[in-house]
Amino acid sequence: MKLKIEKRREDPSRLSIFLMSVFSILISLIVLGFIILSLGKNPLEAYIELVSWPFGSIAGLTQTLISMMPLLFTSLGVLMAFKMKIWNIGAEGQFYMGAFAATWGALFLFNHISNPWILLPSIALFGAIFGAGWGAASGLMKAYLGVNEILSTLMLNYIAIYWVNYLVYGPWKGKGSYNFPITATFPKAAILPQYTADGLNLGIFLAVATSFFVYYLLRRTKFGFEMDIVGDNAITAKYSGINVKRMIVSVMAISGAISGLGGMMQMSGVLFRLQPNFSSGYGYTAIIVAWLARLNPFVAIVVAFLFGGLLVGTQQIQLFLQIPFSLINVFQGLVLFSLIGGEALLRYKVSEVKL
Amino acid sequence: MIDRNEKDMSEFVLRLSNVVKTFPGVVANDHVDFALKKGEVHALLGENGAGKTTLMNIVYGIYKSDSGDIYINDKKADITSPHRAMEYSIGMIQQHFSLVPSFNVAENIALGLKEFRIFTKTDMIKKRVKALSEKFGLDVNPDSRIWQLSAGEQQRVEILKLLYMNSQIMILDEPTAILTPQEAENLFKTVREMVRYGASVIFISHKLKEVIEISDRITVMRHGKVVDTILKDEANEKMLAKKMVGREVVLRIPKTPSKPGRTELKIDDLWSRSDKGSYAVQGMNLEVKSGEILGIAGVAGNGQRELAEAIYGLRKYTGKVEINGSKVEVLDVRSRIKKGVAYIPQDRKGVALCGGLPVFYNLFLKVFRTKKIDSNPYFFKPSSLKGPAKELVKEYQISTSSVNLSVKYLSGGNMQKIVLARELSAAPELIIAVHPTRGLDVGAMEFVYKTLLSARDNGAAVLLIAGDLEEIFTLSDRVAVMYEGKIIGYSKPDESHLEEIGLMMAGIKKERVEQK
Repeated sequence: MKLKIEKRREDPSRLSIFLMSVFSILISLIVLGFIILSLGKNPLEAYIELVSWPFGSIAGLTQTLISMMPLLFTSLGVLMAFKMKIWNIGAEGQFYMGAFAATWGALFLFNHISNPWILLPSIALFGAIFGAGWGAASGLMKAYLGVNEILSTLMLNYIAIYWVNYLVYGPWKGKGSYNFPITATFPKAAILPQYTADGLNLGIFLAVATSFFVYYLLRRTKFGFEMDIVGDNAITAKYSGINVKRMIVSVMAISGAISGLGGMMQMSGVLFRLQPNFSSGYGYTAIIVAWLARLNPFVAIVVAFLFGGLLVGTQQIQLFLQIPFSLINVFQGLVLFSLIGGEALLRYKVSEVKL
Repeated sequence: MIDRNEKDMSEFVLRLSNVVKTFPGVVANDHVDFALKKGEVHALLGENGAGKTTLMNIVYGIYKSDSGDIYINDKKADITSPHRAMEYSIGMIQQHFSLVPSFNVAENIALGLKEFRIFTKTDMIKKRVKALSEKFGLDVNPDSRIWQLSAGEQQRVEILKLLYMNSQIMILDEPTAILTPQEAENLFKTVREMVRYGASVIFISHKLKEVIEISDRITVMRHGKVVDTILKDEANEKMLAKKMVGREVVLRIPKTPSKPGRTELKIDDLWSRSDKGSYAVQGMNLEVKSGEILGIAGVAGNGQRELAEAIYGLRKYTGKVEINGSKVEVLDVRSRIKKGVAYIPQDRKGVALCGGLPVFYNLFLKVFRTKKIDSNPYFFKPSSLKGPAKELVKEYQISTSSVNLSVKYLSGGNMQKIVLARELSAAPELIIAVHPTRGLDVGAMEFVYKTLLSARDNGAAVLLIAGDLEEIFTLSDRVAVMYEGKIIGYSKPDESHLEEIGLMMAGIKKERVEQK
């Protein structure tokens, strides 16, 4: 028997894509298991601990939903850009800029407004605008100067992160913070409705609503249709009368706006004050979430939920099994590698050569 | 073809026999025989897409032929990779150079040399490179980095690479396309020098003049077949042009006389640059009336592509383009589509289709520009296009398993039908068609002809740009010949004007034609 590898003449089926994603996660878990084993811990015990708390208890589920919220926003942000094959890996920076703008609005610009019905939408808009600006900056550079968006978005991340650090260590350090690098607490009117004492808030519902909005934009508008064309072949898009440069800038702006909105929600819904390193890399995890969701905004809800739980679960195993938290980064890296590898394999098939 | 009785077989350093190569939907090489004598410059002449490069890629081991044999010095050779080809002393300079921009000349030459495993002795290479460049008149500094060099200099590096490896059979793929006339002259000198030292050269080109200048023998290819092999002394530009563009009657479509109406397209003093920066279109003037087909004949590379792109708004230009009596702006594709301009570009895959998107998307890329289907931009369901797409698939006989299939999996003929279906179903007033049947089989070709003619009969103005004279004759009502970015003259699409068109394609003006 001789095996032959050849290129497929059709698109991979939905089932094979789904199986590939599941296998990617399984393979990553197996490799991670060996790493845990090498730390002298029992991987099975760790995995049971990893899922039992975030998915198996009310308090854990609440925490899962809370950490899912920023993840879903940033995932939808990068998904928007990825859909047009713009590799925006700057969700982290856009998220930071949104949080920065929300804080600016809540504490300094609009702090005289006491009606939450006015204040919350204004700082949400403000956060979205700053996120959009951060995204559009990369978009403009790509469209008009040919700057690779992977580099520019990544670099802008650092600017945003250090900008926030500067503010909280310096001019914005709040009264009553006992010299900790944190701002003052948001006024009541700038805080999202809270449903439980442990922090479940309106943000998660708005995140899910944003999924529907992104779905509408991608699948039910001229804009989404033209995004597909530009993403597949920019020359053909020009030939079809589409202004490709404008599309690049708009998509990056929308992408940044969604992540920026996420930053605002994290401030108004969960943290109530700006502090350094307030994001545990949501903007980067978002890339994996978007990819695992195959850029489908509804599937992204499910995947963000799972990864939100993973974040919570990893904190658990760190607490109870003394397994380092950074293992989650290892896991995410493994998933992304397996996904990209699986992606390549999907385009080929192995068949038996009859002799 | 070669008369084998007359010639001693052992004088051939390279011989191809019955080589066949097919790509999905296209026969690129159709039972090709070819022979290269020792110490000759052998030109391979033909239009773009005639199969020259494919044939040479088979010799160089990049492609594998479906059937047929290669003989090197009369021994059957099995060339499976460029690496193997180099072992047979075959070297090829491709149209796109294979140099590393950030390396210097000597380092680039060291790449791929087997004598060095890990450490290269660049000093030694530099010395030899200097000696070689003096011997062959190739002026290159071995210390310059590739990105600092002009295209002509980079080509010299490629030649040095072949000389360094002591290639005996050198294949140059359209080497003059990127050169200035002076640089081309120097290249010819080098080629002659190389031949003097015993190398044999295959020179791929579609330029008649230089082929006659440089080669000893000329093999003309058309539609993947070898048309003829001629000695240089027996050849002239006119006969080569004729052989290149072909006269075999593939099919004849009956055509009614045209009824030209108002002026649909008017071009005034159009200038446009090619991608390489020189003016490809040099002051064109042109008019096409509704209800007629104006065929633009000419050897490829005389500005046809740039002309079409400028008119459609994909390329910058100076001068005036008027469509249906009003001026249109530079690079404004959208308003042209709204005015009813359809464009069938030469490179359908790269310019007119989204390979990764399904058939029904591709049939309606312009759905928001044309009035054909009324779509609400804020509530639009792409799947609503499937129904109309199915009708078009039927009407244009596109063979696809489903309208959901990605276009990249279709054959070239079916891709072209998708472009035609989209462009022509919008009832265009002006159609720009560039090589609309290139790479298609006879059946698909007939379909394209009939569709374009019926569009004309329905009052559309058609600007047809083609290299194939048969195509021009079958479709056109008037013929213009393009040479070096200008219309060199007009003619009529019938047999009696064939000679005149052939001469104009070779750059000989009509007045001079008439004097003869």
